[in-house]
Amino acid sequence: MTTAFLYDGTAMLGRHLQRIRHAPAILVMTQTMPIVFLLFFGYVFGSALAMPGADYRAFLVPGMLVATAANGIMTGMFTAAQDSHRGVMDRFRTLPMTRAAVPLGQAAADIVTTAAGLVPLLLVGLAMGWRIEGGALEAAGAFGLLLLFRFAATWVGILFGLVSRSEEAAGQLGGATFMLPLLSNAYIPTAGFPGWVRVLAEWNPISAVATAVRDLFGNAPVPGGSSWPVAHPVAGSLAWCAVLLTVCVPLAVRRYTTGGR
Amino acid sequence: MRYGAFMTSTYTVLSEGLEKRYGSGDQMVHALRGLDLAVEEGTVCGLLGPNGAGKTTAVRVLTTLLRPDAGSARVAGHDVLTEAPAVRRRIGVTGQYASVDGDLTGRENLRLFARLLRLPRSHADELLDRFGLTAAADRTARTYSGGMRRRLDLAASLLTRPAVLFLDEPTTGLDPHSRSAIWDAVRELTRQGTTVLLTTQYLEEADQLADSVVLIDGGRAAHRGTPAELKAQTGSYAEVVVAEDAALHAAAVVLDQLTGAEPTLDPDRRAVGVVTLDQALTLPRIVRELDASGVPIVDATLRPPTLDEAFLRLTGGRELVA
Repeated sequence: MTTAFLYDGTAMLGRHLQRIRHAPAILVMTQTMPIVFLLFFGYVFGSALAMPGADYRAFLVPGMLVATAANGIMTGMFTAAQDSHRGVMDRFRTLPMTRAAVPLGQAAADIVTTAAGLVPLLLVGLAMGWRIEGGALEAAGAFGLLLLFRFAATWVGILFGLVSRSEEAAGQLGGATFMLPLLSNAYIPTAGFPGWVRVLAEWNPISAVATAVRDLFGNAPVPGGSSWPVAHPVAGSLAWCAVLLTVCVPLAVRRYTTGGR
Repeated sequence: MRYGAFMTSTYTVLSEGLEKRYGSGDQMVHALRGLDLAVEEGTVCGLLGPNGAGKTTAVRVLTTLLRPDAGSARVAGHDVLTEAPAVRRRIGVTGQYASVDGDLTGRENLRLFARLLRLPRSHADELLDRFGLTAAADRTARTYSGGMRRRLDLAASLLTRPAVLFLDEPTTGLDPHSRSAIWDAVRELTRQGTTVLLTTQYLEEADQLADSVVLIDGGRAAHRGTPAELKAQTGSYAEVVVAEDAALHAAAVVLDQLTGAEPTLDPDRRAVGVVTLDQALTLPRIVRELDASGVPIVDATLRPPTLDEAFLRLTGGRELVA
């Protein structure tokens, strides 16, 4: 059963990678966006932001890595919505295959492309003055956490994508998730946020992951952060990922299985 | 006994009392209202009906894609509700909208399906060759013509040599050449013993391929029989176009006397039409009678009825339930 699941999942991973090979433009665009944002935030907004005792651009780079991981919601939502309205889904549903392999293949392909996309983003970050200041093991942990968070975000996206009525609806809702990192410490420290917005931002999973990634890279700690996940960033991030995956994976698989019935 | 009406093992597709509703309240569509089907092993059954009659819903239930609200069905010896995986191992499905991935090439599509079915890659390549797709095999399927996509779709359904093949309007929108290529492929399959359930809007397609025909009207089987029986019951359609408005009623009287059926008038086209079961009625006889009565005609036709006309006839003159 598990072997069949992995075999089918690998076949579906191959499907998504082949699709990217035939239409690489979409991938190039989604990989370029974070770089554009990094430059824009770093040099346009950054010029007006004074962070006492810290370099804003070095602060921004790990935040942008996490925001990019969080974009998995948008990509996952759009891909799943687009797929679920295609005739080929009917064929998958009438084949004697493991049904969970279809969303799993999508999430796995997304991890492959995300890992590849991190490389140019990191190079631009290094050029902007950001450095890995901690140990190699911790740095590896930071990359692992980024990919795990992307995986969890993608499953959130897959669930919403399968539930949405149309590709257009998924596109609009997915676009709105661009707001999520703005309500966290990814781009700006939460210390200056007003009352309840600050509470919301500090409980945002993106804040916990961004804090953990900055810790693991040995970068300067972020001022502010009284929520449990931010105070215990690595444990908090892992807990958030576990919660998101535990909720979204079974619901998405169930939704896929019963889709159209 | 759940399948009392058709209790025998020779039926490969068997359904009883299938019900399916979509939506709720004013928006509710009652797509299936107690559909009974029985298709004998190794035969082709044609499900005929206009758009919205319930054909596609019936296929989606029988192929495990849709759960019926009531009723039961067995396909290739397995219950579609409780043994869906076993059913999926024994069927092939070619949908109204080609069920292939447009972003992949023809070869990648077939190799992916072959892989999911645990079949060798070479099998996919053989099918590409058999359906004349080798030259286009490495182009993405979205660049294919309608006929090529349909052939790729059919090839995908035949990777496993299915016991039952479902073809949902396999030739809708295809040119005559592509249509006859699909028909040849279906005939070849039935020679090898595959049972085929075919939905179509074309009487001719059912005539060409089907051993038995079920007319679906409003989610129910309105009529069953062989294509020959169907044609005998629907007769033929005679229509004359007269030269002047004043002659319209005179033409109607003549056609009424000839056929004993009530003609329908189309004043805009100055046409009078009538459906007749009289096999002996010929076009020269219609023209002679009109001429003898002094009705000036500019056109006269006698042809098999269209599916719409057959429906009007077989459902007792009611309007089509769409």
